Amino acid sequence: MREIQASLITEAVKDLVMDTEYNIPEDFIQSIKRSVEKEESPIGKEILNEILKNAEVASKEKVAYCQDTGYPVFFIEVGQEVHITGGNIKDAVNEGVRKATKEGYLRASLAFDPIFERKNTGDNTPALIYFDIVPGNKIKIKFAAKGGGSENQSKQTMLRPADGIEGIKNFVLKCIANAGPNACPPFTVGVGIGGTFDYSAVLAKKALFRHIGERHPDPKIAAFEKELLELANQLGVGPLGFGGTTTAVDVKIEVAPVHIASLPVAVNIQCHAARHKEIEI
Amino acid sequence: MSETKKIKTPLTEDIIENLRAGDRVLISGYVYTARDAAHKRMIEEYEKTGKLPFDIKGQIIYYVGPTPPRPGQVIGSAGPTTAYRMDKYTPKLLELGLKGTIGKGWRGEEVKEALKRYKAVYFAAYGGTAALLSKHIKSVETIAYEDLGPEAVRKLYFENFPVIVANDIYGGDVFEEGQKKFRKLKV
Repeated sequence: MREIQASLITEAVKDLVMDTEYNIPEDFIQSIKRSVEKEESPIGKEILNEILKNAEVASKEKVAYCQDTGYPVFFIEVGQEVHITGGNIKDAVNEGVRKATKEGYLRASLAFDPIFERKNTGDNTPALIYFDIVPGNKIKIKFAAKGGGSENQSKQTMLRPADGIEGIKNFVLKCIANAGPNACPPFTVGVGIGGTFDYSAVLAKKALFRHIGERHPDPKIAAFEKELLELANQLGVGPLGFGGTTTAVDVKIEVAPVHIASLPVAVNIQCHAARHKEIEI
Repeated sequence: MSETKKIKTPLTEDIIENLRAGDRVLISGYVYTARDAAHKRMIEEYEKTGKLPFDIKGQIIYYVGPTPPRPGQVIGSAGPTTAYRMDKYTPKLLELGLKGTIGKGWRGEEVKEALKRYKAVYFAAYGGTAALLSKHIKSVETIAYEDLGPEAVRKLYFENFPVIVANDIYGGDVFEEGQKKFRKLKV
C-alpha cells in the first residue's frame, strides 16, 4: 500500500486547474499555427492569429484564457494499491478547485440548482468527477475546464443499427454545422459511439483528452476520424463561424460494446479554449 | 470587409443606419453588462415596476460575465458569451430603446426582426479571446444585482473595443454571408 495525503491531492489539483486555465495545450497551439497557413478566409486567418495572441497573453500574464473558466470535469484513475490519508479524495479535489478559483482569479460559473433559483455556488464546486479503479499505486488526474458555450451545442442520439456509418456521419456533421459561431470554432470534436445512452456521452468527453492528430488505434476508426475531419472543414463554418476552411482541428472517436438493438452516438463540441491537462501522483 | 468605423456610445439612429453587417467597428464610451440571470431579473423587475436598473435608451449591452481582476487589473478576462440565450428578452429591451448588443453567435429570427423594427444593431466580438478584449475596458462599476456575482450588471468604459457588425437593420447577417462563401458541403 502506498499512502498519499489528501492535502497533496488538493495542492496538485489547485496547480493543475490554474495551469490549465492559463496555458492552452501546445499540441492545440501548433495545430492553430498550421491552420493559419491553410485558412482561405482573410478574416478567418486574422481570427486564428488573435487566438494565438490571446493564448500568449493569457500564459504570460497568468490570466484566464477565456472568461468562461468552465465546468471542472475530472477523470481520475486511482491505483488499487493507493491508500488516501487525512481526508477523502472527493473533498480533496473540490478543495483544490475552490483554492484555484480564489487564488487563480477564476470565474465562479456553476449554479447549484438548475431549475429554480440557479444560485451561483460561488467557488466552481462541486466538480464533476469520474473515478476509475486501476492496477498500480499511482493516481492519474485528468482535468478539463469545459466551457458552457460549446457544451450547449453538444448532442446525443440513439440511432438504429441500420443507420450505420452514414447515420453517424450525418448526425456528427449536422451537430458541427449547427454549433457554428455559437460554440467558438475551431472545434475539437469528441464522438462517443456505443455503450449506453449515458456512456456514449462520457466517451465523447473522454475523447477530447487525446492529443490533436493522435488517431484511434483501430485503423478503421482512425480512417473514419480523418474522413469526418475533412468533411467538417467543408461545412464553411470557419474560425468563430465567420466563414472559412478551419472549422475543426480534429475529430476523435471513442467506442464501446453496444446492445444489439442500439447505436448510441454522442458529440461533445470543444471550443478553441481547449483546456485539458493531466498529472500523475 | 470595409474600413474600420469608430463609434461612441450612446448610439443614435444616424450611427445605426451607417452600420452594415461585416463592418469592423471600434466602440468607445460606456456600455452595460448583462447575461442570463440579469436579463431574467431585469425583465421581471420591469414587468412589476416599469423600471430598469439603468436608462437603456441609446445604450449597448455587452453579454459578458468576466473573471475577477488580479490586483492591478481593471477587469479580469472578459470575452462575449453566446447571444441567443438572451433572445427571449432582447426584443422587449430593443422596444424600450436599447440600440446595441454585443455577443457571439447567431441571433434568432425574432431578434433579427426586432433589430429592423426598432433600428438597432447586434455586434459580434471574437469569442474566447477574453484576455485580449479585457485590455479595451478601462473602468468597471457594478450598478445592480451584485448578488449575481459574475452575472451582476456592470457599467464598463470601452476604449476602441473591437467588434464586427453581425446583424444590421437591413437584414444582413455576417455569419450566414461569410459561411456561404466557403460551404462546399450542406448537411
